[in-house]
Amino acid sequence: MSQPLIQAFALTKKFDDFTAVDGIDFHVDEGESFGFLGPNGAGKTSTMRMIGAVSPSTSGELRVLGMDPMTQGTELRGRLGVVPQEDNLDTELTVVDNLVMYGRYFNLSRTVIRERIDELLEFVKLEEKRDAKVNALSGGMKRRLIIARALINNPQLLILDEPTTGLDPQARHVLWDRLYRLKQEGVTLIITTHYMDEAEQLCDRLVVMDKAQIVAEGSPLSLISEHAPREVVELRFPVGVLEAVEDQLHSKAKRAEILPDRALLYTDDADATIAEIHGDGLDPETILVRRSTLEDVFLRLTGRSLVE
Amino acid sequence: MATPLALRVFESRARVYRKVWRGSVFTGFLSPVLYLLAMGLGLGQLVDQNLGVDELSYLTFLAPGLLAATAMQTGAGEGAWQVMAGIKWLKTYEATLATPVNVDSLVYGHLLWSTARVAMVSVVFAVVMALFQVTSLGPSLLAVLPALLVGLALAAATTAFTSRLESDQGLSSLFRFGIVPMFLFSGTFFPIEQLPDWIEWVAFLTPLYHAVELCRWLALGSEPVVNPALSVAYLMAWVAVGTFLSVTGFRKRLRV
Repeated sequence: MSQPLIQAFALTKKFDDFTAVDGIDFHVDEGESFGFLGPNGAGKTSTMRMIGAVSPSTSGELRVLGMDPMTQGTELRGRLGVVPQEDNLDTELTVVDNLVMYGRYFNLSRTVIRERIDELLEFVKLEEKRDAKVNALSGGMKRRLIIARALINNPQLLILDEPTTGLDPQARHVLWDRLYRLKQEGVTLIITTHYMDEAEQLCDRLVVMDKAQIVAEGSPLSLISEHAPREVVELRFPVGVLEAVEDQLHSKAKRAEILPDRALLYTDDADATIAEIHGDGLDPETILVRRSTLEDVFLRLTGRSLVE
Repeated sequence: MATPLALRVFESRARVYRKVWRGSVFTGFLSPVLYLLAMGLGLGQLVDQNLGVDELSYLTFLAPGLLAATAMQTGAGEGAWQVMAGIKWLKTYEATLATPVNVDSLVYGHLLWSTARVAMVSVVFAVVMALFQVTSLGPSLLAVLPALLVGLALAAATTAFTSRLESDQGLSSLFRFGIVPMFLFSGTFFPIEQLPDWIEWVAFLTPLYHAVELCRWLALGSEPVVNPALSVAYLMAWVAVGTFLSVTGFRKRLRV
């Protein structure tokens, strides 16, 4: 079997006395698309920066494309593409100039860059914006331009740090479509996100990070089946009633979660659960049955409290 | 062959500059002309009335010093708002560091480009100086060398300073309390011996004072107060320390 593309053992990153990444282990195989899920501050970006050979690790082991990011940074970065969390295009320049400039950082010849630019602008559907200033682009167009920029050196591995945060649904779907095509072409993707639908759409396998550590690992489906019963029954009661029936609800499901406005019952058989509720004479205002999602897993593992 | 990383950074700065060069070349030419007309000829006429026959005209005294001061100011400007934009406003440094370019090369390339900008301004200034017949073109151009050195020294120092700033308010202070007083009191407009003793010492320690002395020496052949080799060494020390602190500043700021 071939070596994994990325391999990490006990990987740790500390800033002064703050531990951003606390001894995580993971590996990513060639051609896979691998997700890092977690709330803000979980350590996703720090991990991406170590993989991208930008930020040195404090301890532990990390190999990316068979190289050591600490000592072979320049060579390694030459074979990676990076889509950062925040747009960092040169807004004074045009679309084409941004790409040319980036290509030159990779020491590509002007002829090669010109050919790549034509392909890439077509790929991200920005042909008509060639000579537009970056300032004049919409948020979605800027993200697409950043993806094109990250692909200028034909990278083996594309690192995407929250690629669609802040985009409207249309722009997100266009972007997912493009990323899906890259994956089909055999590019290995690493994606951080806190959008569960994004993770379900794009990731073959993912890890959930919380408080600098990996708390779960698997495919989206296996994570759901492992950490959440198959179905969720969402119940709403009139004001004041919910508190009164709380104990009764807990006995009806594998796990029940009582939120300020509704109750969530996790169960393998929603119909049976609903029948039991009615059998007990409980009368919720609304009943909604849905399948468990990655979001349920995520909230279960990382908690519901806000991370500021 | 692979282009050195710092040159790739230099090239990208040049690419941005290509879009705006027209305006900046015009200012680069106009500002020395205006300064030399107003200060050198206008004010100079008043000053020259009090001079002996074989002393330098004020224009001749002023011009080489003004070359150094202009270079100093240009260098300082290169290390200020653009660096802030690269680190914070546009985050283009972050984008650059995701490529083969590393922090050291980013700083070297940036300083190399800053020096090129100082060179453009200084050469134009030297030509204007020759047009005003301060001295012939040869010595004028020779005086560009110390101008480059002080420009680079200030570019490195302000880059190091900017990399430690949270907002550009600190930059306004730097110019108000550092660069402008240095411009005015480092021997460009009058000999620093005329200053009160303690201010004279401060002026003596500015990099600009040494560059002014070197420029006058090379352009006019005037007897230098300080050994030129010492002045050059002093300016090089500014370059070295400034560059070192820029690299450490970038490293800390960009968290790499």
